Amino acid sequence: MIWNEQMECMEADRMKEVQSARLKETVSYIYKNCPLYKKKLDAQGVGHGDIRGIEDISKLPFTSKDDLRDSYPFGLFSQPPKEIAEIHVSSGTTGNPTVVGYTKDDIRLWSEVMARAFACAGAMPKDMIQIAYGYGLFTGGLGAHYGALEMGLTIIPASSGQTKRQLKIMHDFKPRILACTPSYCLYMAEEAREMGLDPKKSSWEIGVFGAEPWSEPMRKEIEATWNILATDIYGLSEIIGPGVAQECTFKKGLHIFWDVFYPEVINQRTLKHAKDGEAGELVITTLTKRGIPLLRYRTRDIVSISYERCRCGRTTPRISKIQGRTDDMIIVRGINVFPSQIEHVLLGIEGTKPHYQLVVDRKAGKLDELEVLVEVEQKIFSDEIKQLRILEERIAREIESVLGIFVKVKLVEPKTIERSEGKAKRVVDKRAG
Amino acid sequence: MHCDGLIEEDSMKLVQISVFLENKKGRLFEVCSLLGKEKINIRALSVAESEEFGILRMVVDNPAKAVAVLKKKGFVANLTDIVAVEVEDNPGGLASVLAVFSKNDINVEYMYGFVEKFSQKAILVFRFDDADKAIRVLTRNKISIIGKKDIGNL
Repeated sequence: MIWNEQMECMEADRMKEVQSARLKETVSYIYKNCPLYKKKLDAQGVGHGDIRGIEDISKLPFTSKDDLRDSYPFGLFSQPPKEIAEIHVSSGTTGNPTVVGYTKDDIRLWSEVMARAFACAGAMPKDMIQIAYGYGLFTGGLGAHYGALEMGLTIIPASSGQTKRQLKIMHDFKPRILACTPSYCLYMAEEAREMGLDPKKSSWEIGVFGAEPWSEPMRKEIEATWNILATDIYGLSEIIGPGVAQECTFKKGLHIFWDVFYPEVINQRTLKHAKDGEAGELVITTLTKRGIPLLRYRTRDIVSISYERCRCGRTTPRISKIQGRTDDMIIVRGINVFPSQIEHVLLGIEGTKPHYQLVVDRKAGKLDELEVLVEVEQKIFSDEIKQLRILEERIAREIESVLGIFVKVKLVEPKTIERSEGKAKRVVDKRAG
Repeated sequence: MHCDGLIEEDSMKLVQISVFLENKKGRLFEVCSLLGKEKINIRALSVAESEEFGILRMVVDNPAKAVAVLKKKGFVANLTDIVAVEVEDNPGGLASVLAVFSKNDINVEYMYGFVEKFSQKAILVFRFDDADKAIRVLTRNKISIIGKKDIGNL
């Protein structure tokens, strides 16, 4: 079903009018309510009268993650804290964390887009959903919760972790929908087998997986393992949390809800719009948010965008799966390395699971070294050192042929690569220390 | 082509457990104490290591249980067929057995000794690339094999 046919199936011309009106409104709202943004707009020489329509969006300044960090905690808010209904905080690995605030209307918006997302993935009102995203300061759990409530789903607010209990709930209550990170979903399969459960016989029919980038081969693996339709959901707390974009059941890109989150894809170097279908950094402007509306926010996610109409009937543009992150990207000896490239290689090797970590190190006076830790799975284990060595070499060779640089592969014991919030930590960069 | 009569190769093989270990402090201890707690007796043991990881190889009195216990604790472990051979405990004892392998083109992947003795002879555990062929050759050459029934390794 299509949750909001009016907005999701609107013709492009008509949508442009909606977006133009909303952008004008948003810019003058921000100009009036957020002194920091006013300064930023003034510095760019953009008065709120200069924005006459959506085509003027490139006149606006970009907003970056650093703008949020530097104005910690509430500097970019357009409402004082007392008008804010809910606050979320995303973990900061360096410096200040990122704080976002939702007014009551923003929570309604969040509920609406998440309901659209679940419907897009194939959910129907009265379905039962197991939400295994973490509840708390992380937006995953509560965002999914609001959308499920809005849609009229039966909610199991399981939160993340306690895998045995998750599986028992699935087995006993028979929810049709699972919402969690893709890596946690695969992790649960390992645990299920250990408990003597056959993942193929699970009650889950639809998975709404997000909060971390994942690849096509990983989707195939999840679908084969759980006998489930695995769909990708996209979001980030700065924009709203989950519910910015979602794949429909055709799984050909994620429909971005552009009546409220206006997408642009830019070339990182020139900061100009990338050509249609060309990969670049996704930039989003919120068109109706009140607590912390953002102009041209640089997501640091690399995607391409397609405006072709989807078979599902929605007219919304579709972004590709996240192809990498500008900040996940590590530069080793001048070569750009994305963790997703390593994941691709591992999934292509029989028996290896995408449980890996990249460690970059620089010893005094030496070149950077890239080490790839790979968890040993039952299927690939051998009693002979020789066989494991051959495997290490094969993985190294295949990664080298993709990246073009020498890597060292190290096999590690299962479940030893750190997983937080069900998200695996993919990169450890020791060069900074 | 050889005619080896009615040798039941399977009853002459022992089962070895192999466990993947990272070279980290205390991992060997963890495996051994885990098995100890479960009343599983280790009869033979060796550790093969590379720079970064090791493979612990053991012959125990209850391999099926041992593998289950280890897997439950998150270890990667599997079972391999091996052959235990009695070797004269005197100079040249091992050489005479190896000579038989060499003459018959039998490839030894690795080998190690037993923790305990069953007789005055030493017992060595061999991992062959072709265990069945090795057993036929050993039997033909009257070299004594320690089978499952001899040590209660099922």
